[in-house]
Amino acid sequence: MATLGSLSLLIALALAAYNLLAGAIALRLLTTGQPARISPERLADTARRAGIAGFVAVTAAAFALVWSVFTNDFSVTYIMEHSNRELPGAYKFSALWSGQEGSLLLWAWLLAIYGFVLRLTHKTDVRLYAYAGTILAAVQVFFLAILNFSAPPFALLRGAIPEDGNGLNPLLQYPEMVIHPPMLYLGYVGFTIPFAFALGALMMRYPGEKWIKITRGWTMVTWLFLTMGIFLGMHWAYAVLGWGGYWGWDPVENASFMPWLTGTAFLHSVMMQEKKGMMKSWNVWLIFSTFLLTLLGTLLTRAGLVSSVHAFAQSSIGNWFVAFMVIVLAVCIFTYVLQRRHLKTEHHLESLVSRESSFLFNNLVLLTACFVILWGTLFPILSEYVVGNKVTMGAPWYNAVAIPIGCFLLFLTGVGPLLPWRATSFRAIRRNFVLPTIALWVTVIVCFIAGVRPWKDGAFDQGNFYAMVAFALSVAVFTAIASEFLRGAGVISRQTGKNLFVATWLLTRRNTRRYGGYIIHIGVVIIVIGLAGAAFNRSVESEMALHDKISIGPYTLENVGATQDSNLNYNSEYAQLDVSKGGVKKFQMTPEKRVYLVSGQPQTMVAIHSTPEWDLYVVYEGTNPDTGQPIIKAFLNPLVGWIWAGLVILVFGTLIALVPSQKPSQKGVQQ
Amino acid sequence: MMSSRLSSPWMKGAQALALAIVVCFSMGATDAGSRYNNLNHRLMCTCGCAEILGECNHVGCPNSTGELKELRAGIADSKTDQQILDMFEAKYGAVVLAAPTAKGFDLVAWIAPFAVFAAALLGTILLVRRWSAGKAQAAAQAIDPATEALRDRIRRETDTGNDGGY
Repeated sequence: MATLGSLSLLIALALAAYNLLAGAIALRLLTTGQPARISPERLADTARRAGIAGFVAVTAAAFALVWSVFTNDFSVTYIMEHSNRELPGAYKFSALWSGQEGSLLLWAWLLAIYGFVLRLTHKTDVRLYAYAGTILAAVQVFFLAILNFSAPPFALLRGAIPEDGNGLNPLLQYPEMVIHPPMLYLGYVGFTIPFAFALGALMMRYPGEKWIKITRGWTMVTWLFLTMGIFLGMHWAYAVLGWGGYWGWDPVENASFMPWLTGTAFLHSVMMQEKKGMMKSWNVWLIFSTFLLTLLGTLLTRAGLVSSVHAFAQSSIGNWFVAFMVIVLAVCIFTYVLQRRHLKTEHHLESLVSRESSFLFNNLVLLTACFVILWGTLFPILSEYVVGNKVTMGAPWYNAVAIPIGCFLLFLTGVGPLLPWRATSFRAIRRNFVLPTIALWVTVIVCFIAGVRPWKDGAFDQGNFYAMVAFALSVAVFTAIASEFLRGAGVISRQTGKNLFVATWLLTRRNTRRYGGYIIHIGVVIIVIGLAGAAFNRSVESEMALHDKISIGPYTLENVGATQDSNLNYNSEYAQLDVSKGGVKKFQMTPEKRVYLVSGQPQTMVAIHSTPEWDLYVVYEGTNPDTGQPIIKAFLNPLVGWIWAGLVILVFGTLIALVPSQKPSQKGVQQ
Repeated sequence: MMSSRLSSPWMKGAQALALAIVVCFSMGATDAGSRYNNLNHRLMCTCGCAEILGECNHVGCPNSTGELKELRAGIADSKTDQQILDMFEAKYGAVVLAAPTAKGFDLVAWIAPFAVFAAALLGTILLVRRWSAGKAQAAAQAIDPATEALRDRIRRETDTGNDGGY
């Protein structure tokens, strides 16, 4: 199977190279009109077919690796290093992306899948798709070259073949790790498609709006995958790493967040181009940047440039990525300089207070946030290079710098939809903003009454201050969005006689994109409320003898014993903690400590009791070697459940936005 | 005129608010427990786990227990926050601080994000103003109250169809 895998990768590289060369020659011939022995159309079609065949070859390679994992073929170095006989079936799949070579193969495979779909749907616009397919082939050549020459997943082990493998990293043996990396990769890889279309459209001087319309669906699906990948990663960190948080501003987390920010900016600013023919250059560069940031993220994750708790697969492929990024950037700059006259804007902004300018400021803030994160990620390297002193850019720095920017972005989320296009008057502003403003100040007063004040024990409390600002802005934004829904639904209700609930549904169906977008914003608001809850996290740590108790918030935890279990993969110890509230026993929690047999590595499995108000989060940290008593750390994390609930709403909103709106002709039928 | 403006209730309210903010920001945590909690979140565990010292949860971590002990000792010795942070930096290097200091080259880490944001904001405002200056007449028409009211009414009553986005 290893031979089949290696051969498949080699064939896939040859096919991708053919796709690139034949496609480039065909497009050149089509552009210049030069006579040739083979018609350029036929040559372009052979290139497209090579791309489709390439998908089959990469799929065969991916299948060969999965087969090797499931058949415990430890003659393959990668399988020996990332799997073992007793590894559960689901985690054998995750062995595919647990290491350098496997994750690059996953990347190449997902790229091949996207390419396959793109090449099959080429009839939408044959020439633009030919450009996009050729650019995509160039990216495929890069990844397949690495897989063939620098990080081969089917490299054979030298010497005797061991009886068993080294096993999978315990941190990855968690259900979410089976879906988090593929989601994240679908997001990363997916941005190659809008990038290819943008570059292709620029090369062929294509009218600006069409490539955006074609790639809108691609971009939104990709963005959705990236969003879900990021949040699944947050949930994994929360449930597995055992430090009570979900986001630590780790370089690898940052690497996934940066393309999300530029991708989000792109999804907003393309509306300006579609609606007004503005920001054409800006949009092209946003998508170029997003693609480059996905490569940078992989570089940071894989090349060990920065230290991270998430970098599971590090090696020396950084140089390949640096070289590729330089080439991509050079091609982008060259093409842009050559064709920039075709990106002239059709309109200019007319007023600082308009929906157009709110989009512009939204983009400004998103890009500033991206810069801040990039700056924070790379500053330790810069500092070491300039003054020879490596510094840490930890959560305190990010919180101090990024949270104010995030609050400003939240403010714009509420303001933008309330502003009309072109320009507005003071009266219109007053009318649209009166309710959200009242909601904001009422929330501030409620926060004060509830004890959420910007000071504690006579000192300024930054956490409380930002939490209060976030709560107030969230409520204001929610009010603004709700009033937009109600205003539209009210009109439909009057027209059709339907109740407000049905009218809201009809309204959403008539413009799925706008109202889907609003639902996404509601999801964001819910998430922000959940994030703001972190300001009130509490924790207590204690060594607990039998029947010892610790209290946190309204809960009392009593140690009622311990138990052990074992299977072929790991041994585990559980602490049994009875949790009571108001003196009444409510439930039992069993935080766990595992020791994996093959690797000998320990791993915590956190026990979480989640309610809308807070999470009771308990970690069994192990036993004190001196006393033999278990050490328990309990956290009370307010509003964490809101983050995951917000994600569900956000996903729902994105799916709504992807559904085509009801056509006007159908409206009449409906009414 | 000026003095009457300064003595208006709004002005007084604004002055009180400004004073409250200044007071809030200038106060520091004094209680030993909150100082300990605050400081252990401004320091890193040095064992290589890349965790905040107060959040490092490794049982038997070779470094965090010792660091926390030193922190408690520093507080008990009535050292100021800055003296404690300096003590840690001198012993473990700058990587022990969870955020860069506000001196020397580290200052760049703090200034750059806000400078970039301010420059981008200013640039955007100037750009929009320049564009809108060319459209002054159209803008003037747009803010005519009667037209504005009519347009708003039309928008309210018709703006439910698919217009390709926002």
